[in-house]
Amino acid sequence: MKLSRAEYKEIVKCTEHLRPTRQCMTILRQRFPNHSQSTLLSIFSLEYQKRTKRTMSRHQAPDSIESYYQRYLSEAKARPSVPVLLELANEVDLSPALMARVIVDRFLQDQEGASKQVLNNMLREPSLIPDQALANHVYQCTINDCCYGPLVDCIKHAIGQEAEVLLRDKLKERNLSFLDENQLRTKGYDKTPDIILEVPIAVEGHIVHWIESKASFGDDHSHRTYLNEQFWSYWNRFGPGLVIYWHGFIGELDSQRDRGILLKDCFPSDIVTLCHGTSPATTDSLTG
Amino acid sequence: MLSCFWSAPQGNAVATFARLLPFWSAPNSKQQAECQTAPAQTRMAALLESLLQKEVEAIKAVEWLKHDGDSDSLAWCKPLKIERQEFVPFLLNFLREQSCSTLTHGPATPAKTPSHPRVSQPSQQGPGFSSELRGGCRSTGPGTGPRSASRVQLFSSTPSLSPGAEWDTTQPPSGSHCLGGISALSSPSFSSARSPAPASTSRHTPSERRSTQRASLGDFMPSPPELQHHHSLSLGVQQQPRGRRRSAGMGGQGRQGGGRGVFQTEEVGPGRSEGGGRKGRGGGANKMGDPAVSPPMAQMTTLVQLNLTNLEDFPPMGMSHASPALHTKPSRRINPTPVSAERPHSRPKTCFTSTPFSTRPSSPPPVPEAVTGAIEGSITGALNVGSPPLSLQEERELLKRVKCKRAEQVGSPLPTSLDPCTPTKPGLRPVSGSKMTPVTLGSCPDPSKVTLTSELDLLADLYCTCISENLVPNVFLELFFVLQLLTSRTPAVTEEEDKDLSMGTLDVLERGYLSKVHNCVYFSVRVLENQFELVSHLDKDTLRLLAENERVTCFSPSLRNRLTLAQDASTAKVSPSVDTFIHSVPFQPATDNRSNFSSDKAFHTFKKQRDIFYEVLREWEDFHKEPRWEFEAELGNRVRGMVNQLNSTGNHSHFARLFLKQLVQMCKGPRALGSPGDTPDADLLGMLGADSLGRLKRLEERLIQPQGILGPCPPPAFPGHQEFFRDFLKTASCCQLNQHLKDSLCQQLLQLDEVSVLAPVVSSTEGEGDMEQQDEKQRFSSVLLLARLLAKFLGYISFLPYQTSERPSREIQEATANLRSKSMSVLDVCAVLRSCVRRRRTILTVPWLVEFLSMLDFTGPFLLCYRTVLGLLLSLYRRMVLSREGEVCYLNQLLMVAVLGWLFQIPVIPEELFFTTDFAVAVELEESQTNVQGLDCLPLVDQQLLYTCCPFLGEFRKLLAAFVAGSSARGGGLIRKITPTSAELRGTPTTTRSQQKRQVDLEQAFFHNQPPSLRRTVEFVAERVGSNCVKHMKVTLVCELVRGGERLLREGLISPGANPLILNDSICAQLCDGGQEALERATRFCSEKGPEAIRVLLPDETSPAVLTTSENITKRLATEKAYSWLSSNITALVKREWKTKFDRVMKSLPSPEASGVEGSGLVAGAAAVSQEQSRTPKRDMGKEEAVTSCPPDCPHSAPLPSDVLVEIKEVLSIAVGPRSEKEALTCLQLNALLGKVGDTLSCKKFSFPMPEQMLIRCTVLLACKLVSCVYQERSTTQRTSSQLDTTVGSIGVNMGQHPCGTVLTPCPDKFRLF
Repeated sequence: MKLSRAEYKEIVKCTEHLRPTRQCMTILRQRFPNHSQSTLLSIFSLEYQKRTKRTMSRHQAPDSIESYYQRYLSEAKARPSVPVLLELANEVDLSPALMARVIVDRFLQDQEGASKQVLNNMLREPSLIPDQALANHVYQCTINDCCYGPLVDCIKHAIGQEAEVLLRDKLKERNLSFLDENQLRTKGYDKTPDIILEVPIAVEGHIVHWIESKASFGDDHSHRTYLNEQFWSYWNRFGPGLVIYWHGFIGELDSQRDRGILLKDCFPSDIVTLCHGTSPATTDSLTG
Repeated sequence: MLSCFWSAPQGNAVATFARLLPFWSAPNSKQQAECQTAPAQTRMAALLESLLQKEVEAIKAVEWLKHDGDSDSLAWCKPLKIERQEFVPFLLNFLREQSCSTLTHGPATPAKTPSHPRVSQPSQQGPGFSSELRGGCRSTGPGTGPRSASRVQLFSSTPSLSPGAEWDTTQPPSGSHCLGGISALSSPSFSSARSPAPASTSRHTPSERRSTQRASLGDFMPSPPELQHHHSLSLGVQQQPRGRRRSAGMGGQGRQGGGRGVFQTEEVGPGRSEGGGRKGRGGGANKMGDPAVSPPMAQMTTLVQLNLTNLEDFPPMGMSHASPALHTKPSRRINPTPVSAERPHSRPKTCFTSTPFSTRPSSPPPVPEAVTGAIEGSITGALNVGSPPLSLQEERELLKRVKCKRAEQVGSPLPTSLDPCTPTKPGLRPVSGSKMTPVTLGSCPDPSKVTLTSELDLLADLYCTCISENLVPNVFLELFFVLQLLTSRTPAVTEEEDKDLSMGTLDVLERGYLSKVHNCVYFSVRVLENQFELVSHLDKDTLRLLAENERVTCFSPSLRNRLTLAQDASTAKVSPSVDTFIHSVPFQPATDNRSNFSSDKAFHTFKKQRDIFYEVLREWEDFHKEPRWEFEAELGNRVRGMVNQLNSTGNHSHFARLFLKQLVQMCKGPRALGSPGDTPDADLLGMLGADSLGRLKRLEERLIQPQGILGPCPPPAFPGHQEFFRDFLKTASCCQLNQHLKDSLCQQLLQLDEVSVLAPVVSSTEGEGDMEQQDEKQRFSSVLLLARLLAKFLGYISFLPYQTSERPSREIQEATANLRSKSMSVLDVCAVLRSCVRRRRTILTVPWLVEFLSMLDFTGPFLLCYRTVLGLLLSLYRRMVLSREGEVCYLNQLLMVAVLGWLFQIPVIPEELFFTTDFAVAVELEESQTNVQGLDCLPLVDQQLLYTCCPFLGEFRKLLAAFVAGSSARGGGLIRKITPTSAELRGTPTTTRSQQKRQVDLEQAFFHNQPPSLRRTVEFVAERVGSNCVKHMKVTLVCELVRGGERLLREGLISPGANPLILNDSICAQLCDGGQEALERATRFCSEKGPEAIRVLLPDETSPAVLTTSENITKRLATEKAYSWLSSNITALVKREWKTKFDRVMKSLPSPEASGVEGSGLVAGAAAVSQEQSRTPKRDMGKEEAVTSCPPDCPHSAPLPSDVLVEIKEVLSIAVGPRSEKEALTCLQLNALLGKVGDTLSCKKFSFPMPEQMLIRCTVLLACKLVSCVYQERSTTQRTSSQLDTTVGSIGVNMGQHPCGTVLTPCPDKFRLF
């Protein structure tokens, strides 16, 4: 879904005070019923990540960690049936999953043989946490967080890969022959878009050599980053190409079409291929 | 003898001068020089005089010019000891001087665009003039960068070289280089007074140098040109104005004045100069309109007034009487300069600088001394103050004589002229205000008003001989001059003045041969008639403009007719080439993947470098045209950072390859080579169409403004994207990179130089000869353009270390040359040139060699190898006489003459090169082997290529167009012509065109990421198949047709009363119709053969899609090729074949029996063709994606894992809580969810390990959750739990073993299942 910058800003504004929870997502959905949930979630997620980047250091300061941990301990003890960790996270405006990580990390400091690996495993599988109460709280946090956490990561990962599969399907449907990332890598390409078309096509009048699939919303920040790290690199090697932001993008960003980078939010329908069925030269000359 | 011109170390000035030009002069000739230089001018003046007075037959002189030296006809001139090389510059200068008043004063009044001084009437400026200079300066701006800057600098620094550059001296020494010219404008000494009237000043700039007086006159009279006098005899009065003019001139002429210093120190009186200077500085007060420009003395004012009136016709001559310094300084207008002592030296130079006209130093002598230094000072000293060298005695005498004459004249004319003038002034002033008026008023050349016809004829003959014998350094410069004369605008001349000028009262040499527009046009038309062949090779637009030029029509209807005819033959037009959309160099695993790098680090560093390179390029594209943007400041650090990484990883060769490929990709096309000032015609045409006045006006402005006339000798430049590459190299300044680039460029160049271009089939009466010839021509043109591009960059890199912004002093130059002579030049230019002459491949080699040499630094030409090669080129140029029927094709020659002429005008090439005899003699070119058939005799160059290589030829068109624009008030022909063109353009349907273009783009894009060999193969096959197709048609279809025709003929002849001729016609028509079948057959042929060959030639592992596409492209290209040839030639071919057959039949008629006529060939051919090939090769279609574990008939319609994950997450989070009262899960929901999970897990299409595991884990967690609920509400959940059991069971998880089973302690009371 292509959004105008104004629409996008409105959504962003609305997310400013939300917490990354199921409830907040519901609020967002109700506020913008015309936008798809994936777009809203993607925007919210990106915005929330930015917010987190800004504030994370504050939460990771040793004294904050200690205070969170102590609060958790005391409250969990006082009100065992209340989701205290989740509430604490919302109160200090930290992603619940991240709060869980902070707390478990702190919890593990008192244990022997704690490593990052162990930490990650515990977050992914709270039942591994020796403290049963903590396990419950942690699970409550990670399962309710819609922006962070192992489950969210996994969903994002799945979406990305599914999008690529869908893209390949579409290409095959249209009988367009291509090389995918893996094939390119084995050939020794230093930068590999998701798809390189063996025979280029024209989409809405623009030549397309490669297609990159992005299972996220294209906002200014992420698009800029992608341009610098990926899209221009592809252009530098393979010529003009197409980027599909499956979850939409800010319409104004699609400004490099003439320079060789085209943005779409779905698989394009206006595709022109090399058509040799009737040789254009012949027919033209005959008629002319 | 010639050499002494430059070498004579006489007197201070001369000595200095001589030192500067050391190297061309023969050491022993110095003494000779001393005694001969001065007289030489006199002798030549005498020669010309005797010619003009018909004491010597003109034809003899022409003969003499044609055959230097030996012929008997020259006996007459032997006593004069005149070398023709001396005479040529003399003649050229004479003509320039003659016409300068005309050109200068012209009402040119391009006044239309006062704000754009340089736009000012081109016609007024000499060739190469200020406009050119300015252009140079301007262009340097962003595009030309350092190089151009240095050029300009050159000019400004020229003074050192040429004494004539005195004017420069007035400028503050600090003058910035690049802006040298411009700054000059504003420099206090000159400009102030006139600045208010930019148009007029600028216009006159060129002339100023030539004659201070004239300039001053013009300035003085801000009033309309009509008032101004070309030949005014006026006097010192004008000094002030002169000052102004000068200043303007300086600014404008920066380049020329400086670069090709003008030598005329002439009789600039000290008084005058002072006046000029003073005026200039304090002149701000003077207003344009004021005739009496702040005259210090009352007398002056009156004088001025008087003069003004007089001035109209006699600007130069009269000067002397008014000025106090009359005696010391002859203020003679006739600067033809034969008289002055310095001239001999300066002369030749002036002539041949790119700005031949500007001979006069605009600044007064005294000033120069102060500021500058030695040279000018010394020269002026010699002139004004100092003791003149003895050798000058003779000249002095001459001078005196002239002065006396003049004095006599002055006395009488002045009073007479006063009367008429005075009244005119006031009236005129108002007119002057409106700049347009003068144009119309002034320029109405009338054949009946031409005076001195026979003398003009003689001059034209001499001049034409010089041109056609390549005695002039740049043929096109002269042609430009001629067109300037044609388009000159002069104020009306009164009868009396007329008389004065033309009548015998004046010295023969001082008559105003070209002082009136009538005469100028007459002369110009004569020359054009004479040089018609040259002219006829100009582009269509130029020819059209010429043919439509009312002056041409008026003076020579026959010339107009010939021009009109020539127009049709002309093919050259500036066609904007298709912009290829791909701008990056494709990544090719064969050269770019890891195995090509020494280490991972190098590989990954290069990955980044490639991206940075393009990042920089993109940024440049976006911003370089913005006003304050500078490459160095904006991109310098990034470029250097990247280059440093190159150094640390040793990736230079990789980067050099990328760099060069990108360079070639972006700059090879003809468009990229176009001159910077050119705007696409289409754009221009778009503005026409409506005939509203406003549009017309805008059109006019466009014609003049954006396409500023740069003159035919623009300095070397890096147009378009070339600028980026140049700046990149300069900024990177990385010696390793440069070395790699040099290696690579050299190798590529030499390879290109060896490219074999086939001669067209000898019996090219046959049709397909033309086709192959076309191909070869195209190939040649692309090779040539590429070689030129590479050579320019090779030159740039090679001479980069030696580039200086100013010409180094003589000593430094010598020392440097000596030093550098020890090491090898990057390219053995002499060997390359000699070899190409020997093998007759000059048409390929010379143009790129010229590009290479145009990049020389100041010292470069003094190194033996370059000096030699310049000499060789010079002798080559001399031999390349266009009119002579040689083995070299005309257009080939024309291209070489054009590029060589251009090279000789480049600032770094020493001016004295051209007229030094010993130079050409010293280096003899080996005769080419006569039995070798090289490229030179192949018709390879066409007008398109000529104009691509020499965009400056478009200056003729601009000049003429500007003239039309200027005179449009009377309804120029331009508009009439253009409108239909634009209508045509608009009419064409854009949609189909864009579709076609898209297909072409797609094809190009297809090759982009394929290995280069694929493209080569396809193009080669297409070319061959197309060609074979044509041959095939000839032996099959055409033969069949002819045989069929023969049968018809014989049958027809049998019938009684048959008329063979009528039969012939009807059969022929029939056959031609039949010939159309060729097109269809050709299509079939190509469709069959092309793909066949492609299949054989491409590697087996080529993927089907690539193969099919390649086949199709081959098919299309081949068909197109065959088709285009056949459609235009088949009829002629059939006719020709038929005629042969018909003749034969008619001859053999007595024996009526003809050979068996069978259509066997036809049958066979048809059979062959009818075998429609439709099968595509069976190739390995590539393995289907491994979807192995899906159930047999899986429709892949299961929900996506991500969707299921999202849903299960939702459910889990509700289950885990916290949740609101509203949130609840039903068994139905759970059932549905679990059903989805099952489906999803069973279809593997979208299945990836990580999500799959997560899905499993979540399911288990959900199960645990449910199980824990079972305790609470066993009855309700029974169904669900059993369902869950099956699902979980099916994925092989043993719930009992799962930790969740024991861990989970949900809040049973809150978990409700409905």
